[in-house]
Amino acid sequence: MTATAATPDALRGGPSGDRRRRGRLGRDLLRSTPLLPAVVLLAIFLLGPVISAFYGAFTNSALSGAAAQGAEFIGFKNFTDLFADPDFPKSVVLTFVFLFFSAVVGQNVLGLALALLMRSANKVVRAIVSTIVVGAWILPEIVASFAAYAFFTKEGTLNGMLAAIGITGPTWLYTFPMLAVILANIWRGAAFSMLVYSAAINDVPPEITESAEVDGATGWQRLVRITIPMIRRSISTNLMLTTLQTLSVFTLIYVMTGGGPGTNSSTLPLLAYKEGIAFGQLGFGTAIALILLVVGALCSIVYIRALKPEVD
Amino acid sequence: MRPAPRTTALARRAPKKRVLATLAAIAGAALLLSGCAGGSGDDGKTIKVAYQKFGNFIQLDKHMKKVKAEYEKANPGMKVELVPIAAQETDYFTKLALMNKSSSTAPDVMYEDTFQVKSDVDAGYLAPLDSYIDKWDEWDQFFDNAKQAGLGDDGKTYGISMGTDTRALWYNKQLFEQAGIAVPWEPKSWDEVLDTAKTIKQKLPDVIPMNVYSSTAQGEAASMQGFEMLLYGTKDTLYDTDSKKWVTGSKGFTDSLQFIKDLYGGGLAPSPDQALDKNVGTKVGAEWLPQGKLAIALDGSWMSGTWLEDGSAPWPEWNDVMGQAPMPTQDGDDPGSVSMSGGWTLAMGSKSKNKDAAWDFIALALNKENSKSYDIAASQIAVRDDVSKDPEYADANPSFAFFSSIVPVTHFRPATSDYSKISLNIQVAMEAVLTGQQSPKEAAAAWDESVVGIVGEKNTTK
Repeated sequence: MTATAATPDALRGGPSGDRRRRGRLGRDLLRSTPLLPAVVLLAIFLLGPVISAFYGAFTNSALSGAAAQGAEFIGFKNFTDLFADPDFPKSVVLTFVFLFFSAVVGQNVLGLALALLMRSANKVVRAIVSTIVVGAWILPEIVASFAAYAFFTKEGTLNGMLAAIGITGPTWLYTFPMLAVILANIWRGAAFSMLVYSAAINDVPPEITESAEVDGATGWQRLVRITIPMIRRSISTNLMLTTLQTLSVFTLIYVMTGGGPGTNSSTLPLLAYKEGIAFGQLGFGTAIALILLVVGALCSIVYIRALKPEVD
Repeated sequence: MRPAPRTTALARRAPKKRVLATLAAIAGAALLLSGCAGGSGDDGKTIKVAYQKFGNFIQLDKHMKKVKAEYEKANPGMKVELVPIAAQETDYFTKLALMNKSSSTAPDVMYEDTFQVKSDVDAGYLAPLDSYIDKWDEWDQFFDNAKQAGLGDDGKTYGISMGTDTRALWYNKQLFEQAGIAVPWEPKSWDEVLDTAKTIKQKLPDVIPMNVYSSTAQGEAASMQGFEMLLYGTKDTLYDTDSKKWVTGSKGFTDSLQFIKDLYGGGLAPSPDQALDKNVGTKVGAEWLPQGKLAIALDGSWMSGTWLEDGSAPWPEWNDVMGQAPMPTQDGDDPGSVSMSGGWTLAMGSKSKNKDAAWDFIALALNKENSKSYDIAASQIAVRDDVSKDPEYADANPSFAFFSSIVPVTHFRPATSDYSKISLNIQVAMEAVLTGQQSPKEAAAAWDESVVGIVGEKNTTK
């Protein structure tokens, strides 16, 4: 917050000399004093937990046993143990598979497609579709998870429908656990992308698309050459938000498959829960969570760099 | 980045907004902080009792409600706050540990599994009871092994045993007769058990031949009712009590996992998706056995508690339908059969503000009458001499005689504070074999590695 307040002055400062700049800096600091309580609160409630998690990842903190009395600093042991654990690389791969197919591809493409289709749909269709899509999104996470579980379970809705047309469905949650949780996450999250893209598309000035149409651009060309470049910033923001959201998906997978069978759908949050809470090794679980934080930060940087939202 | 003109336009309006926002933030924080500071109003007049209530296991909840009423009547002015935790075993330990971490939530009295006692003593969650039991005239009534079950590594007593249990094979006599298998069933080796299961699969294709808990979702039930019932029947063991070392790389370990593989891989058990369900324990007791969907269950002596009149799934005919057979050793070697014993205790929280009241509650909950009524309701094997000799107890449940008769061949879990972690890794190995992700050999090797990671190379032996 302080940074944005200071930048315009800094930009305009130019060659006007050190003294003036220092005077402005003082004024800016004075002006931002009312922000202090908010900054302090942010530091306590947002930065605090991050720092304590960061520290926790380097301790042997546990729920039971001697380490529960007082955690000791053990350096990088949690991380060396983690990298030696065969479950970890598998979990990382599963996390990226889940992230790529359910968020990057599934939610974004489906959300964009819905937004585009809704633009040309009539009012009634639009109302019905948006109610259905947004319905999945506003359900409390645990309810949505149970709904998805009831849909994919062995005697669930999906297999019931398949049976009606004479197909014996597989045990989805056991045979194809990743497919099931990816589809469930697309179902649950597509509404968010749809809303973001609907708003962005509405901001594309109709004159531009119209003139392109006059020049003979096909629908596909208009989408790729005009609409998508113009909503680039929304795409970047949305990719980032859905990525961070999906990276931290826990309830959905926990309710549907519990990370199983075995470790076949155990993404990093599930692994962190298993090690940290179920197995009581809080420090080790925190180390996994820290890795998740790094993955999220890296993804965000990639999106910002790739889509250059600041260049217009 | 915002264009410059807009910034100036905003700047004019901003101060007012900022002041308002700041005030709102301060007010919000004040509310939050004062809420936190309010605390629990703990005045030592209320004792908090935490215990498990899950699936078919509702007997303890009833028992605690009864003791609460008695206690509050005998101690006017005192209140008992019951905290039933609805969670499967592993989750129960987690929730209990989280409660124990903070003095504002820590229970005064808790329901504690014997194998968790040492670990929680190390964690500083439990208070020693020696000064109380010294003055308790009923302590002599408890059997020695029950007294040992509540000991911490420091030799002090931390838990008072509520009852113990043994494990064996429950089988459905009606299904056996339909499949043409002679009753009473007395298998002499693992192969005979598997052969019987194969016969059932062949003759009664709609029936699940046998259940052995084998996944992490069942927690300690998989380790104890499942794996250890097998391992302790081989020539090997889990923990060498003389050298105080964990046994890795044993043939018995791999063979036990092979049994799980034969059972699940051969279609002689519930389907993997059923076996991985957290609720399979509830289903076995309340649905599959009473409804004749499951022929054999490797399970605990407490099973019949579910079917009693005030159990969660009353089944008046259970004693006519269900038979019991001891679990044989791998090849029928001496002593021919095997069992595992555990049991739960009542323990006192170290953060309790009124330890005397907490002790009074424990002593009341486990006096002769209350021990007896709980042991009958929950189908526990009595650990008090006066209860086990009481004709009311002995006549209450026809299966008690059988389950007491296998006490001579029973084993106890390694009494070390590392056991709970190692047990979790046993469940991981079982699940890997059950789902086919690892062969028994690979799963055993992974377990060996995890044990070395937990206790260190020097505390293991080959």
